[in-house]
Formats: sequence, C-alpha cells, structure tokens
Amino acid sequence: MRLFTWSKLPCLARLAGACLAALSLIGPAHAADFPERNVQYIIPFVPGGESDISARLQQKYFEELTGKQLIIQYMAGGGGAVAWSQLNGMPADGHTIMGTNLPHIIIKPMDKSAGFKTEDLKDFYYFHFSPDALVVTNDSPYKTLDDFIAAAKQAPGAVMLSGSGTQSSNDLSHAKFDKMAGITTTYIPFKGTGEAVTALLGKQVNASWGYSTVVANHRDKTRMLAVATDERMPMFPDVPTFKELGYDLTGGAYRGMAVPKATPDETAQKLADIFGQINQNPEFRKKMDELGFVLVDEPFKQVPAFLAKQKESYAPVLEQLNAAK
Amino acid sequence: MEIFSYLLAALTPVNLMLAVLGVSAGIVIGALPGLSATMAVAVLVPITFGMSPEAALILLGAIYTGAIYGGSYSAILINTPGTPSAIATTFDGYPMARKGDGDLAVTLSTMSSTAGGLFGVLALVTLGPLLATIALKFGPVEYFWLAIFGLTVISALSEGSTLKAFIGAAIGLLLSTVGLAVVGGDVRYAFGSQFLLGGVEQISALIGLYCIPVLIDLVAKPDAHLQAPEKGRGLRIAEGFGLMWRGKFNALRSSIIGTIVAILPGAGGSIASLVSYSEARRASKNPEAFGKGEPNGVIATESSNNATVGGGFIPTLVLGIPGTPPDAVILGALLVQGFRTGPEMFGANSAVTYTFVGGLLVATLVMLPIGLLIGRYAFKSIVSIPKALLVPAIAFMTIIGTYAIRNNPFDVVVMVVLGALGWVLCRYGIKPSPIVLGLILGPIAEQGFVQGYLMGNATGSLGAVFFGRPLSMGIIALILLSTLIPLWNSWRRQHPKEALS
Repeated sequence: MRLFTWSKLPCLARLAGACLAALSLIGPAHAADFPERNVQYIIPFVPGGESDISARLQQKYFEELTGKQLIIQYMAGGGGAVAWSQLNGMPADGHTIMGTNLPHIIIKPMDKSAGFKTEDLKDFYYFHFSPDALVVTNDSPYKTLDDFIAAAKQAPGAVMLSGSGTQSSNDLSHAKFDKMAGITTTYIPFKGTGEAVTALLGKQVNASWGYSTVVANHRDKTRMLAVATDERMPMFPDVPTFKELGYDLTGGAYRGMAVPKATPDETAQKLADIFGQINQNPEFRKKMDELGFVLVDEPFKQVPAFLAKQKESYAPVLEQLNAAK
Repeated sequence: MEIFSYLLAALTPVNLMLAVLGVSAGIVIGALPGLSATMAVAVLVPITFGMSPEAALILLGAIYTGAIYGGSYSAILINTPGTPSAIATTFDGYPMARKGDGDLAVTLSTMSSTAGGLFGVLALVTLGPLLATIALKFGPVEYFWLAIFGLTVISALSEGSTLKAFIGAAIGLLLSTVGLAVVGGDVRYAFGSQFLLGGVEQISALIGLYCIPVLIDLVAKPDAHLQAPEKGRGLRIAEGFGLMWRGKFNALRSSIIGTIVAILPGAGGSIASLVSYSEARRASKNPEAFGKGEPNGVIATESSNNATVGGGFIPTLVLGIPGTPPDAVILGALLVQGFRTGPEMFGANSAVTYTFVGGLLVATLVMLPIGLLIGRYAFKSIVSIPKALLVPAIAFMTIIGTYAIRNNPFDVVVMVVLGALGWVLCRYGIKPSPIVLGLILGPIAEQGFVQGYLMGNATGSLGAVFFGRPLSMGIIALILLSTLIPLWNSWRRQHPKEALS
C-alpha cells in the first residue's frame, strides 16, 4: 500500500530542517565525503519519549562532527511497526536512518501484521539502554529486594506493579524476575513511563517495573530496590544490581539505529564510525549518565551477535507470556 | 518580593520578542487543521537548544498557547476544529459565522482565550504545588469513569436525537479499537496490514469527519459559505466586551474546569472544553439557544481550553509528569538541556519558573491584540475568497495536514474515507462530534477499564476498585446526573400535566 514514495512528499519537519540549515552557516569544514548532506533521523514514536530525548542529545554532536545536520522526524504508530515496515522503501544512501528499539524489533514481528521482520532492519549501531529497575516510592515499606519478595510470597498476585507497555522490556523483566524469585505479582501495563510513574507516585500500585531513567527524573520521591545493570551505576552507588543479589537479570530498553537493507555495508560502517565517536564524547557521556541511560557500544559488525544474544534472553519469557494468553 | 523581580525578568526585549513571535506562529499553526501544537513545539525544539531554559520555555509556551487559541479560527469559520481542543467551539462558533456573526465569534474567542489563559497561568504560579496532587489522586478507574462521563456528556449535548448521538459515539469507540491495544498488546482489526496496526489517528479522523462534509457541501450548494458582515463594521470589540462581562461567571467556571482537567495527564483540552460547554448550557437561562449560535458557548469552550495550557504545566513543572502531549515535548527539551523539573522548580529553580510564568503571562496578553488583528483578516478573507479558490485550498491543507501528523500516507486515505462516511452519516443525523469524541475517549476508557480489572483481580475485589473509591463515586454521580436530567426533562415535556400535579 504505497501511494507515495518517501522521497517525493515534502514534509513539514524536512522543510523546517532545510530552513534551519540555510539559516545557520555554522559547522567546521570537513574533508570526509560522508555525509554529503543533512541526515534524516526517523524516530518511530511520538516526540518527548526516551527515544526522542537520546536522539536529541546525539543531534548536537553529530553536527559538530560532520558539519551536517541530523534532522529528527517522528513516524509513530503500532508501537514502532508503522515506521519499521516502511524503512526499506526509503532511500538507501545512508542519509536516511531510523531509530530501532529492543525488545520491540524482535517481539513485534511475531505478529504477522507487523509488516517487517527483524532481519529487514539493517542495524548499524546500538548506542545505549535504559536499564530495567524495580522502583518504589521513598516511603515504601519495601526497604530491600528481600522485603519485596517476602511481601509477594505472603500474598501471591496481590502485589501490583505498574510498568511501561506490554511485551516491553519492563514486562519481560517482570516475567523473568517473578520466575527467578519464585513469586507471582501483578503487572499493570501503562502507556509510557510517565503514566507508569504517575500510578506509582499516586500509590495506585505497590511498586513499578521502570527504568533507571525514571528514577533519575524523580529521585526526590522514588528509589530503586535493584537495577538490571552489570555494575552499580555511578549515579546511584547505593543501589545494588540484581546480579550481586543473586538474580541474573541484566538489560533494559536498548536503542540503536538502522538503515534500509539496500544501503552499502561501507556506508553503514561510516555511520557506525560517526555514532561511535559521538558515544566517546565526554560531554555526551556525561549528559546521558545524568539522565540515567547506560551507554553501550555495539557497532555494525557486532550487531548480529548482539541481537542473537538478546533474542535468546527473551525466548523463555515469550513462551511463557504467549502460553498465558 | 523576589517573585516579582523574576516575573519582571520576562520583560527583557529578547523574551518579549520570543513571546510575540511564539504566539503569532502558534496562532497560524493552530488555525490550520492537522498542524498541531505538539508538532509545532517539536519542530522548534532544536532552536531552543541555544537558549537559556527560561527563554526556551517562553518560546515553546507561547507557541503552545497560541496554537490552542488558533484552533478556534477554523472551528468558527469552516466548522473544522484546528486542534481537538476546539471541537466544542464548532457547536456555536460555526452557527454564529453562518449568521454573519463570524467577526463577533472570533472576537469572543480571542477575549475568552486570553481570560482563560491568564487564569490557568495564575493558577500555575499561585497554587501549582497544591493542585499537582490532584494528578496523583486519579487512578486508572477514575480515568475510566471520566471517559464514560465525557461520552454521556456528548450524548446529552447533541442536537437532535440522543440515540443517534449514542450511535455516533459507538462508531467512534469501534474505530478506536483498530490497531494495537495499549494494554495487552493485542492486534485488532488490522487485517494483516501494518498501517491498520497503527490505528486510526485521531487528528486525521477529526479532519476527515469535519472538513470533508464541509467541502462537499460547499461544492454542492450554490449559496455563499458564510454570510458577509455588514460593511464598515469593525471587530465589534465593544459588543464583545459586553458579552464577556455578562458571561464572566461562565468564563470563570470554564477556566476552573479547564485548569483542573488539564492537571490530569491524559485528559486534555477536548474533555475540558466539552465539560465546560455542558456546564455553561446547564447553568444558562435559555439552554435551547446553545448549538444555534449562542455566544456563551464560544466563551465557555475557548476560556476552558486555553486554561488547559497553564493547568497542564502544573504536573509538568511540579511533578515532572507531562500534563498534555505538547508538555511531554517541552519536558523532553528541558531534560536534553540538563534541566530537571520537579519540586525544585518552586524551590531552587524558582527563578526560571517565575520568569517562564511571566513570559507565559505576557504571551497570553499579547494574544489579545495579535488575535484581534489576525482574526479581522481571517474572517474577511474567508468570506470574500471565492469558493473556487477556498475549496481547493482547504482540500490541499487537509491532505498536507493529515500527512504531516505522522508522515504516513495511509492516514490521508483514512481521512478521505472517514470524510465520505461522515458526510453520509451526517445526512442521517449522526454528527461528527460524537464520533470523534468516541475515538478520543475510547482508548482512555479501555485502558482504565483493563487496568482497573487487573487491579481488581489482584486485590480480590473488583467492586471495591470500580465503585468503592470516593473520587470514582463522585464521577459516577456526575454521570448519572448528566444522563438522567435530560431524560427527566424530556419526560416532563411529554407529560406536562402529571409533572405539574
């Protein structure tokens, strides 16, 4: 159902971006032949979310590095599926890139109406993740993870947790952790982290499967019982990891970028190099840290192995979730 | 008196210029169906990165407030709300314009928007931290009941048959289920298409259902689109002030409703203006005039939806929880700048907050002269443009506007199909408003219901979750009132003698 080709229809954001570029005669001269012009960066969600915020942070450094603009556009719908299913119809010259998210791009294609397969997306870099965390309000009776587990054991199913989305990273971590700890709790999905944390702050639920980013923004009212990172986060030195408490739970919502499949490997590699350099920028790192993101470096060549590893970690939970339906 | 020095900081030339520019741009964007406040704010975010947090907030806040007001132009002049917040403005604004009172309607909308906007901002600065707690009192079940309340209000409000209004709302509810369920992730009515998976976009449906029937009628009927105003008449500002003065309690009540509804994340301007409209009609001495060009209808909806701007900033600034979709974008922009909202906005960072509030006040005030100026030309040009130009111009805007919402050509198809359907339904007395509100309220009701159901199962008492909470009981009482009173009234009309004896 392609009525228009991507390149023909002008759109507001593109026009605005072009005007911006014309207005600002900035940027250092560059010898590099790529990018030749501004790069369109499509975010498959509505503006204001974490995918948008992290892309906005990359924007500035991309311009510093290449002298070209990174123009962010939004193409929301179907939890990202609308955008991802159209990526391969877009120009494959490296000047159109799209944000990709895990676990979304692995879980979505399990429904045939998603219109894309994981392999259709040529991911060239995974640059960070929002670690999953078990979050409570500051005055919660659960002081430690053990308190939480004890409460859940005492009344199976009665402990309610808010979280962002269904079959999202929050949802998967809830299912994984319940299995590891041998408990049953009730996960209540909300539309996005904002609504999930509102339910927590309003005491509609007992705790929340959220992201460390949520606590970074609401640190005056919330705290984490444990966080799903390999090592303690520098910003939260007092918060234990699930690993050190004996639960092998790491990960969260990973974010990367992809190009249309027909894009040459060489171009994908060049893009990976640029975004790899952004990931090394100390100022960028500091800003990402402060927001509660954790940077990862999974460049073009390593992406297939990285995706395979993630897919494996979702498999047992997915079977369980599907069986429960 | 530090507050005043912070407020005055908004009066620097740069900040003033940003406020004026922002409001003017916002009005134009808001008036064009499809170009929403959210998008306007999102497009401008990169520009704000070079600014101080105060200046960025003032610019984005000014655009936002201008866009919400600008939505009333198209609602009044072409019966198509420029933003969902202006849906209820079509009820009386368009009939006024048809009668040749389009200039008065625009003047009233400008004055009410300014009044409502000021009220919202003053509530933000004086009672912000206190009012923010309301956002937290509302749980999933309350949102469910609020959405049901919205649906009963629209049915009770509709001119003509209540039954047909219910049918319209049911069509809207059905359309809202297309695509991916927010809670549960089930795929419904997608028929294997990834485009349907994305669901029916609310604004494209709104453009189709309102605008296409207007376009068809413009082409099908020989007479002029709107009555031309008498020659030599100004903007009827004195008359507008007179009506505003008489409607001051209406404007105040509507502003209060707008502020409170906006504090609830996820409720928004469409519900606020609808509830205010319904309350204005209930309180009015001649409720029959509503829907036929009653100035108080415009006053109610426009003061209420502009009060949502200040109201929506309350949870955004105090709790770091966006009150409305444009607030989410503004919050994101602040986070990127490394600026965290939350309680310190009224403590350590209060300088920024008060300067921003000062800027928002200025932006709201300049809306009055700018709006009257733009409104004067907007009405005159819509009246004087020949149909052969007006129709293609509007048609072009609907397509560009629909496409721009999510860069999705399929939304344009949905818009046209729904438009044709809407035209047919309209001929059978099913109006677009119940359909669009069904579409907007459906997901809120569904999500609240499923979450409430999950909570009920977890606590082992469904009844207590849905009916036992004090706030829920209050909203249920309102629902009963708004459904039973019209029934009682019509029963009384049909049985005058029994009612008297």
